[in-house]
Amino acid sequence: MGLFDYFRGQKKTSASLAKERLQVIVARERGARSGPDYLPALQSDILDVVRRYVAIDDDAVRVQVEREGDYEVLELNVVLPDED
Amino acid sequence: MARVVVVTSGKGGVGKTTTSAAFAAGLARAGHRTAVVDFDVGLRNLDLIMGCERRVVYDFVNVINGEANLNQALIRDKRTEGLSILPASQTRDKDALTFDGVQTVLEGLAQDHDYIVCDSPAGIERGAHLAMYFADDALVVTNPEVSSVRDSDRVLGLLASKTHRAEQGDEPVREHLVITRYVPERVGKGEMLSVEDIGEILSIDLLGVIPESSAVLNASNSGVPVILEQQTDAGQAYDDVVARYLGETREQRFITEKKGLFGRLFKG
Repeated sequence: MGLFDYFRGQKKTSASLAKERLQVIVARERGARSGPDYLPALQSDILDVVRRYVAIDDDAVRVQVEREGDYEVLELNVVLPDED
Repeated sequence: MARVVVVTSGKGGVGKTTTSAAFAAGLARAGHRTAVVDFDVGLRNLDLIMGCERRVVYDFVNVINGEANLNQALIRDKRTEGLSILPASQTRDKDALTFDGVQTVLEGLAQDHDYIVCDSPAGIERGAHLAMYFADDALVVTNPEVSSVRDSDRVLGLLASKTHRAEQGDEPVREHLVITRYVPERVGKGEMLSVEDIGEILSIDLLGVIPESSAVLNASNSGVPVILEQQTDAGQAYDDVVARYLGETREQRFITEKKGLFGRLFKG
């Protein structure tokens, strides 16, 4: 941190932004990798079932496995469309 | 027993072939019989970087198909003793490389070499998968840039699951990080991911940092592995990479800014 930076204030550098974005995306992709093989199939089945009742986008269903200590939590997230 | 080292990255254009050529030449200079194999079927380039493009007669696929034997296809490097090159085929047939074929060729090379360096193609398709499949060690080449770091992480996932070692439940492939095109001045300004940032995200052993250098293009222009240009920064950085790989302890020489007096006064 040089003298001029002090007066310029603490603006976030592009490198620190890059690091933050990478940490988030890498963590998410590692999570998807380590999950069980059937997750993508489960996700598309749930999508089909929900679609029998309401029209939703392809990315409206999120399936994730979180590890907490000794047990795993299967997290399902379905985003329903706004009612007009 | 020969050790198989894959040079891989996922992303293209980050310096896999440059690193493969330099690393293989460095191992040979250190007295180890080394073969460097181009896995980029259809896009042969290692021969150009090694300066032996006019000596290619037979290639990797010819050997797999039994159209030539290994000795006929291997090109002995004229500058570095103990170094040979197995060029990729220029065929457009993506399936020219087979698991059995690659295994047979690597076993053949292992008979009279100490190290086999596999120069992987970009991507995560068949060629890249085959290049890493039989590896004992991996050099993961990464630029200080978001897409390269993300792709490297993806490749690390594959090394841990889609290799022979992973499938057999053997000791995992040893992963080493090689950061290329590094500019300490830009890191200092907060414009470029630092060695520490990349290390923190990928969390693998850092083998070396190659600075952004005009020497790399110059060396490739003349078909000389850059490690042979020992008066250049990139050449010295690769020399350190090889020495560290072989177990020597060397300090990182190219990760701090070269500051003039003026810079030192104003940058604290």
